[in-house]
Amino acid sequence: MNIHEYQAKELLTKFGADNPRGSVACTAEEAEKVARDLGTNSMVVKAQIHAGGRGKGTFTSGLQGGVHLCQSAGQARDLAAQMLGQTLVTHQTGPAGRLVNQVLVAESVEIAKEFYFAVLLDRASGAPVVVASREGGVDIEEVAAQSPEKILREAVDPAFGLQPYQTRKLAKELGFAPSQMRAAGKLFAALYRCFLQSDCSMVEINPLVLTKGGQVLALDAKFSFDDNALFRHPDILALRDVAEEDPREVAASQHHLSYIGLDGNIGCMVNGAGLAMATMDIIKHHGGEPANFLDVGGGASEEQVTEAFKILLSDPKVKAILVNIFGGIMQCDVIAQGIMNAVKAVKLEIPLVVRLEGTNVGQGRRLLAESGLPIVTAHDLDDAAKQIVALAPKN
Amino acid sequence: MSVLVDKNTRLVVQGITGKSGAFHTRNCMEYGTNVVAGVTPARGGETFDHKVPVFDTVHEARAATGCNATMIFVPPEFAADAIMEAADAGVELIVCITEGIPVMDMMRVKEMLKATKSRLIGPNCPGIITPGQCKIGIMPGYIHKPGHIGVVSRSGTLTYEAVWQLTSRGHGQSTCIGIGGDPIIGTTTLDAVQLFAGDPETHGIILIGEIGGTAEEEAAAWLKENCDKPVAGFIAGATAPPGRRMGHAGAIISGGQGTASAKKDALRAAGIAVAETPSTIADTLLAVMK
Repeated sequence: MNIHEYQAKELLTKFGADNPRGSVACTAEEAEKVARDLGTNSMVVKAQIHAGGRGKGTFTSGLQGGVHLCQSAGQARDLAAQMLGQTLVTHQTGPAGRLVNQVLVAESVEIAKEFYFAVLLDRASGAPVVVASREGGVDIEEVAAQSPEKILREAVDPAFGLQPYQTRKLAKELGFAPSQMRAAGKLFAALYRCFLQSDCSMVEINPLVLTKGGQVLALDAKFSFDDNALFRHPDILALRDVAEEDPREVAASQHHLSYIGLDGNIGCMVNGAGLAMATMDIIKHHGGEPANFLDVGGGASEEQVTEAFKILLSDPKVKAILVNIFGGIMQCDVIAQGIMNAVKAVKLEIPLVVRLEGTNVGQGRRLLAESGLPIVTAHDLDDAAKQIVALAPKN
Repeated sequence: MSVLVDKNTRLVVQGITGKSGAFHTRNCMEYGTNVVAGVTPARGGETFDHKVPVFDTVHEARAATGCNATMIFVPPEFAADAIMEAADAGVELIVCITEGIPVMDMMRVKEMLKATKSRLIGPNCPGIITPGQCKIGIMPGYIHKPGHIGVVSRSGTLTYEAVWQLTSRGHGQSTCIGIGGDPIIGTTTLDAVQLFAGDPETHGIILIGEIGGTAEEEAAAWLKENCDKPVAGFIAGATAPPGRRMGHAGAIISGGQGTASAKKDALRAAGIAVAETPSTIADTLLAVMK
């Protein structure tokens, strides 16, 4: 789940992590009021969409850039009026772009130094780790690849949390002056609290800045939440903006299916995440292109299979479908019946290859073969992949 | 011989009265697993299927039945607590099937387990089976066959795929361990291959991994230095896009790390035979066992 920049700012503020003053606005009038309340003549107005690359994006109305500096409340109002209700296209949105419903109006700060700061889960140790660098505001993965010595790592004991001595150590190693260490340490501690108490898998601040006035601020924040923990964070769950998500992924999640859209033309429906990935891999191995990852879960009930077909068919790129179910404890004749009912319900018109394995597999395959429906049965995974690649149109 | 579980395993089931807990307990009992107790708080004193006594706490179950392994079907909100309860009661092997436990909870569990003698398998896993002796988990029993190949995997149905290939070709398994697809798990790929390396009845090993993390690389490095048994590996997720979580919370390529190709390279560098497709996992091992 991703959240908007203004929501991330609000979350930071809630945990006492200092960031530039500002607020969200849904109308030009609100933007003007926010700007006036800031009481400064150096501001920034930012379109709120989840996709990156806003600064270099273009509105379909013609306005260049989704991020603009301005000097007065009147200018803020005019900029907001040009952005709100308009569609912003960036390199991450695709040509359709995203509708801008809110803008963030914030104080523009004068930056003296930029840093990188993140708290994330270190899988190897099973504990949190702080990753920081003096090289902020740039692609941290490039820094890590080219000059790994510039990346600091501070392991955190999960039983005790980030200790004050660790924040001082980090501040010193990042090159903060003695007079700035207190502010830096306070921000680091707040970011750790935010990570821990919001059940994040990562909080990334890039850049974290030292201003010319000596403030230490989180200028931009990226949150990754642990989906498994959202049940105990209704406040965070409420920040979800489904308009920003792939409608197929939204539909899938409503039916407890796990779906991720890709670029190919062979739709896949598989039970189990590992087998679903492996099925995509074998399609590619035989020269086809998978259109998606779709895990229908261990059960693969008729209702879920029907919903899964609907989601696959709502993708116009899908020209053939491969169903791969290792039934295990579930009986293949029951699964076959579910697939047949689903095929009838969605009036399937494109090639379908089904590979079933598990209890009563003979009965299951016979049901499919005798159904009179255009279903090709495969005798194993390799056979299934070869058949679907042969049936799918070549791109 | 086998690893971790056999006919002497005495199993308690935490969450035995829940829907999937009850269903899979019956399947395990049918397979021959010795289920000696169940635990559901506030249901102590009941008897499950007229055979298995139910207790309120794992401590009581342990004291009354001497259970030495537990299978956990408790819902995700309470599963971390259930693992810690089992460890505190001294249960030697904890198999947690539950999917969807928050990572922060598992962080605390991992820290707590360090001070105990308990071994955790999972969470979010199919469980562990020694064919013909003991099945703890949700895997279909009939696809397995007693034999000499150890299987370790992060994925459930993909494990079934590999096991079925082995059994169909007449080759049985010593023990199959599903370690689970979460970012923080108990028994790792490395732990599992170390167990198989030390088991005289395991003659070959299948290692099934997927994108994300560095578990396969660590196991490969250890195998290279310490194990002469033939090993075949498969890594799922060659076509997965970076930054997207592929079903399992642990299956994600982040920061350019954890790609399928890097993992396959690490396996090959350790002398492990790599199956190019999921349909050739068994054949890849059998080819190097000749």
